[in-house]
Amino acid sequence: MSRVRRILQSDHVSGWAFAFPAVFLIFVFGLVPVVWSALLSFQRTNLISPPQWIGLANYRALAHDPLFQQSVEHSLVYTALFVPLSVLGGLLTAVALNRKVRGIRFYRTAVFVPVILSTIATAIMFLWLLDPNFGLVNFLLSKVGLGPYGFFDSINGALYTIVGMTVWGWIGFDVIVYLAALQGIPQSLVEAAEIDGVRTWSMFRNITFPLLGPATLFLVVWSTINALQLFDEVYFLTKGGPGTATYVVVYYLYNLAFSQGIAGYAAAIAYVLLVAILCLTLIQLWIGRRLVYYAS
Amino acid sequence: MTTQILTQTERPAREEEREASRFLFSPWHLVLIPIAVVMLIPMVWMLVTSLETLNETRHYPPVLLPHTLVPGNYTQVLRQAPFARWFVNTMIVTVATVAGNLLFCSLAGYAFARIKFFGREVVFVLLLATLMIPFQVVMIPTFIIVKDLGLINSLNALIVPNLANAFGVFLLRQFFRTLPVELEEAARIDGASRLSVLFKIVLPLSGPVLATLAVITFLWTWNDFLWPLITIYTPNNMTLQLGLTEFQGTHQDATNLLMAANVMSLLPVLLLFFLAQKYFIRGIATSGLKG
Repeated sequence: MSRVRRILQSDHVSGWAFAFPAVFLIFVFGLVPVVWSALLSFQRTNLISPPQWIGLANYRALAHDPLFQQSVEHSLVYTALFVPLSVLGGLLTAVALNRKVRGIRFYRTAVFVPVILSTIATAIMFLWLLDPNFGLVNFLLSKVGLGPYGFFDSINGALYTIVGMTVWGWIGFDVIVYLAALQGIPQSLVEAAEIDGVRTWSMFRNITFPLLGPATLFLVVWSTINALQLFDEVYFLTKGGPGTATYVVVYYLYNLAFSQGIAGYAAAIAYVLLVAILCLTLIQLWIGRRLVYYAS
Repeated sequence: MTTQILTQTERPAREEEREASRFLFSPWHLVLIPIAVVMLIPMVWMLVTSLETLNETRHYPPVLLPHTLVPGNYTQVLRQAPFARWFVNTMIVTVATVAGNLLFCSLAGYAFARIKFFGREVVFVLLLATLMIPFQVVMIPTFIIVKDLGLINSLNALIVPNLANAFGVFLLRQFFRTLPVELEEAARIDGASRLSVLFKIVLPLSGPVLATLAVITFLWTWNDFLWPLITIYTPNNMTLQLGLTEFQGTHQDATNLLMAANVMSLLPVLLLFFLAQKYFIRGIATSGLKG
């Protein structure tokens, strides 16, 4: 066998040949932009004329930008509501769905389906459902003497309306994860507790819930990451409004970069978001490690 | 966490159903029925509205049972907007992205699982690191790259950057490592190339995990909004999600048509969901969904 052929057939060559297309694509579109974005955040650039190096000026400006501060506030309020509501709601729904009763597959499917709908499709449905004049929800509320509410048009209510809508759309995801975890609880454990006369609530409190710890931690971390990236619903439904009532971080970032062409400043916001997400994730995992019981 | 979910969602549902049918009614139905109503009403009302006349949608109290059904709303949508075009565009982008991911992630997943090559560990860690980066961080530079490549405002802008995904590489690598290596070694000794080992032995054993990757990639691509919003300008090149926002802008008062358009945009995803529910649920549970 010639030397050249031996090299060509070596694992180094075939390994790289196999890995190259995917590695190349992920590097170009996933890794290079991370570094590039960092560089952009130190520049004044509108993506057209040549960029100008301005050091930390973008980050300093962020500290005194009232709209950025409002966006952060709204993102945090949204996250603080969305995460507990969807995770807790998912837990309760999963417990209800974890039974052998008639038609259980139908009920499970009903909860799963919203997960696969796009954010835009869901938003269109809710825009109509919550229509101030002809919407079904205001009609039902009027039957009990409430409303009509503006929902997405209301300065005080728009952000909460988005919370409610996204919990509806996401809860099936939490249910899927919790159902898998619930079904992984050893039946012997439950039966032993039943023989010992443990009551239902105490069983949930002391046996089921601790065993769901890893699933809960996963969902809290994951939901937080996604909540901080809220964009589609805001863009489509409220454009940050009414006023600035639903300005959130990613919507502000998008507006700066792609409507106003202030790309360097937007990149700085993206990096603040990245650091915030990493810090929150680490804190949650750190707390989780102290609270969560791992069976294995 | 991941492996736990994989094994547990696969319980034979039919068996549960058979056992379940012993109990006609249980108190849990008092909880389950309201849950189902809340989850289904928005979708049912969308469907009902899509079959109403415009006057019925502008009626108070809302018309819950339309007088006559108007399937013509659906053809109206097709006539009043390039809806068919959006549909085809989305289909092209989705099919190309799914195919690219299946091919490239299989090749790379196999290399990372079985072939020892220079730099393997470092590259793999870097790939995994990209999974932790929010899309907004890479969005602006990726836009510049795609613009410099001359892909802006074409379907290629949506396809090319998404042809491979670190999640897919990771998912397949983990699965390939669970396959018995002896089978592959025997084939290698018989003179089979790496490529034919992958395509004739490994991939045929990987049906379920490939289906999971395909289904989740389909869902991501079909529903993606932010990236198309940035890169596509002209209506003819839009995907369904963009097209829907466009249509909503021009047909704000034609609620019945808007709902018909929405229903049509959902049909392929719903169809796939009911055909491959097992893989959807597995994909959603393992990937964390929605990017």
